[in-house]
Amino acid sequence: MHLAYPAVLSALLFCTGLYGVLARRNAILVLMSVELMLNAVNLNLVAFDVWLSRAAEETLHSGQALTLFTIAVAAAEIGIGLAIVLAVYRNRGTSDIDRLRDTAEGHGDDTEGPDTDAPAAEKAEATA
Amino acid sequence: MSLAAAQHGFLSPTGVEIAFLLVGLVTLGAALVTVTTRQLVHAALWLVVALGGLAVEYLLLTAEFIAWVQVLIYVGSVVVLLLFGLMLTRAPIGRSPDADSGNRWAALAVAAAAAAALVWVVVDAFRTTWIDLDGPAAGTTRVTGQSLFQNWVLPFEALSVLLLAALVGAIVLSRKAAADPPPGAAPAARTSGEKEGAR
Amino acid sequence: MTTTTLAVLVPLLPFLAAAAGLLLGRTTPGLVRPLAVLPTLAALVLAALVAVRQGGGRALEAHTELTPTGSVPIDLALDIDGFAALVAVLVAFVATCVQIYSTGYLRDDPRYPSYAALVSLFTSAMLLVVYSGDLIVLLVGWEVMGICSYFLVGHYWETPEARAASLKAFLVTKLGDVPFLIGLFALGTDAGSFDIRRVLGAVADGGIGHPTVIALLLLAGVAGKSAQFPLHTWLPDAMAGPTPVSALIHAATMVAAGVYFVARLLPLFEASRAAMVVLAVMAAVTMTGSGLAALAQDDIKRVLAYSTIGQLGYMTGALAVGDRGAAVFHLLSHGAFKALLFLAAGVIIHAAGTNSLAAMSRMGHLRERVPDAYWTMTVALLALAAVPPFSGFFSKESVLGAAEHVATGHTAQAPGAAGWLVLVAGLLTALLTAAYATRLWLLAFRGRGAEAPDHGRQPLTMTVVLWVLAVPSLAFGGLAYRVLPGWLDGRDLTPTALTSILGTGLAVVGGLLTYGAWQRTTALAARVPLGAVAAHPEGDAGLVEAEAIASHEPAYGDIARAPDPADPGRLLLGPLHRHAAAGFHLDAAYSALFVRPVEAGARLVRFLDREVVDTYVRGAAALPRLLGAAVRRAQTGNVQTYVSALLAGTVVLAVAVLLVATGA
Repeated sequence: MHLAYPAVLSALLFCTGLYGVLARRNAILVLMSVELMLNAVNLNLVAFDVWLSRAAEETLHSGQALTLFTIAVAAAEIGIGLAIVLAVYRNRGTSDIDRLRDTAEGHGDDTEGPDTDAPAAEKAEATA
Repeated sequence: MSLAAAQHGFLSPTGVEIAFLLVGLVTLGAALVTVTTRQLVHAALWLVVALGGLAVEYLLLTAEFIAWVQVLIYVGSVVVLLLFGLMLTRAPIGRSPDADSGNRWAALAVAAAAAAALVWVVVDAFRTTWIDLDGPAAGTTRVTGQSLFQNWVLPFEALSVLLLAALVGAIVLSRKAAADPPPGAAPAARTSGEKEGAR
Repeated sequence: MTTTTLAVLVPLLPFLAAAAGLLLGRTTPGLVRPLAVLPTLAALVLAALVAVRQGGGRALEAHTELTPTGSVPIDLALDIDGFAALVAVLVAFVATCVQIYSTGYLRDDPRYPSYAALVSLFTSAMLLVVYSGDLIVLLVGWEVMGICSYFLVGHYWETPEARAASLKAFLVTKLGDVPFLIGLFALGTDAGSFDIRRVLGAVADGGIGHPTVIALLLLAGVAGKSAQFPLHTWLPDAMAGPTPVSALIHAATMVAAGVYFVARLLPLFEASRAAMVVLAVMAAVTMTGSGLAALAQDDIKRVLAYSTIGQLGYMTGALAVGDRGAAVFHLLSHGAFKALLFLAAGVIIHAAGTNSLAAMSRMGHLRERVPDAYWTMTVALLALAAVPPFSGFFSKESVLGAAEHVATGHTAQAPGAAGWLVLVAGLLTALLTAAYATRLWLLAFRGRGAEAPDHGRQPLTMTVVLWVLAVPSLAFGGLAYRVLPGWLDGRDLTPTALTSILGTGLAVVGGLLTYGAWQRTTALAARVPLGAVAAHPEGDAGLVEAEAIASHEPAYGDIARAPDPADPGRLLLGPLHRHAAAGFHLDAAYSALFVRPVEAGARLVRFLDREVVDTYVRGAAALPRLLGAAVRRAQTGNVQTYVSALLAGTVVLAVAVLLVATGA
């Protein structure tokens, strides 16, 4: 089998997951997209492991071992992630990502620009 | 390698390749539906299809142990967890008009660019590489188990600690602190949650 | 105690008094008056003791080096010869009189503590200048005096006149002090020392490379401090300060510092004939010009200020003809009678409630109201007009005699031209001095009209001081001209017959002329009512004076003159009166030459700064502000946006790396 097939499939799956992470509003859907991305990586790992075990006589099977680890870590991740989402939901009443904007600049900033300008100009007048 | 490439053109696919392609298309389609559908529960179900398709792909790549692990863990538990999560956050059943955030066009652009770049690179790099699937399977349980417990014991044990930590962390995070919410705050949170759910 | 210790204590005591006064003035008001008077009195006693011990013999020298100061050493040095001892006695004497007088004059002034402390500090600085044997230490005292003068002239800082006058005094004297400082450095470098003895030794050995340049630079500082033409304009305006300050600083002591300085370094100036001629021209112009201006002033204190300038002109004239004995003799006698004149003028202003001679000439019985001031002022005016046997006669005749001596070519110390210049100008000034002294006396004490407002009896502290000062005004000259040569250079100070007759004759002529003019014009006084009078029966003299100064310009239209047809000076000067009253428009000339160009330059700089430079600054700020607004807009708080940007960047970077790696 051509290596290109699994590699291209994994790339496409990865980008699909990427799109989901960036575009989905619900936090749990974002987690699903993350799972997709992880699985794309897993597919890559398996495919290359199979290829290398034949082509390079590699007996460690590091790709498959890593895939197993990834699956385990993904399971842990999904558990923690869901717990976090639930905690956020309990505290905020929502799990919509684009409503969690605590790090945003205050919304009054756009009008603040000219306001801070005028006293500064006056001060300059006064000191001049 | 070049010898192999010369022997195997893209226009004369083997049976395994055809099967891989078909399953791959199904998987990709399911994944696309997962990230685009407006029904949240459907997204989880389509995710099952995608993950199952991946398991089939593993089988086709002769990694049978990983394929079963995939089915067990992902399809069996992760998706169930996700569905629980959807239910616990009162996700709406049915079509929700605002499943996508306002960021979708930027996301589409980034994803498309990333896809183009990745596909280009991967194809450019591996278009002549051939995986020889004949002979003894590369991922039987025996082989995987041998490599895992001969060469990867220490990471494996460390992983178990990680899992334990994740377990404890998830419990701590999701536990409803009995003393924390004052009597007045809990109903308020619940009512706002109900509003969200109704919407 | 050794004489050196005594001499150190003389400037130190007033300095400590000033420090204590400034520190304790607010908290313990009861201590302020003793702190002001007693140390100055002690300094007077000590200065007299030093003078007696020094006795005109060898100069007393002592110096200590506090710290190495590089190539040219600066020592704390005392150098007391006969000049220093006598001038110190005069300074301490006048300062004591003024301090006593001020306790009465500024009785109710809330700022009296700081005033008294500043006067003490000033006294200390002047004594330091007098005693110092090191030019840099002398400079310290010189500048401290300048700043004290600034503060004291601005004592009534509520009035715009006082503020302007203090600034003007400070700036004009500083204008002279800058060349003075440069000159001192040049002198110190040339002589290799700032020690006066060594400098004079270097002069005697011909070790000074550029005597003319140095002398002229130093003369600029002297002209500023001693109010000589063309830097004299600050002195008349400085009369906006309280009268005791005028008496102490602007008549008897500080303005004499320049004269004293030249007297100490006279050999240096004699080394340059050009400097001597410049000095003579300066003296001549100052003398005659100030005499004319004094004749036209309406403010009694401004008359005295111009008279001070003129008398200082005599002193510089004496120096220009190389006779420092005569210069210091005149300094001493002038210090006494001019202090008396000012202090008496303060009493008169208090009693009359105005500082305008025009208003006083319409006021009856002023001399009965202040008999002490009347008699003492008469004595002082006679001394000023150099009528024998008052002290002014002897000192002025010694100056004229020295000038005649040089003019007729008996000595080679100074150019003959300088002698002629000083002699002619001095004789002319004798006429003018007598004229304005007579005018002052007639207008102030012979007025007719309404009664002066009643300000009660003058405080005893003020009147006693007048009599104390009247004694030297009356008798100092006659007693001293035989004794003084032993203290000074040893040159004879006896009046010569020719100049005595000429000077006295001219003085009498001036007095008679003024009297005649006054006879003719006085009838007009009744017809033209004029005058504004401040009446504060309970207020102290300082308050009355401040109000009189502040109201002069609104009442008469000008700070210097009044539209009074009954003024004999108007008749005597004719068309010159207008210009003389304005100080020959020197202020206007300075304003046109210096002030307006500087102001125009300042406006230009202001325009450039505000309109041109600031535009660039604002423009430079606009771009970052725009960028800041754009970047701020990116901070939406939406994590997905952030991650999108992050990943887009990653893709771009990865593609770039690939392209580079594959060599595309």
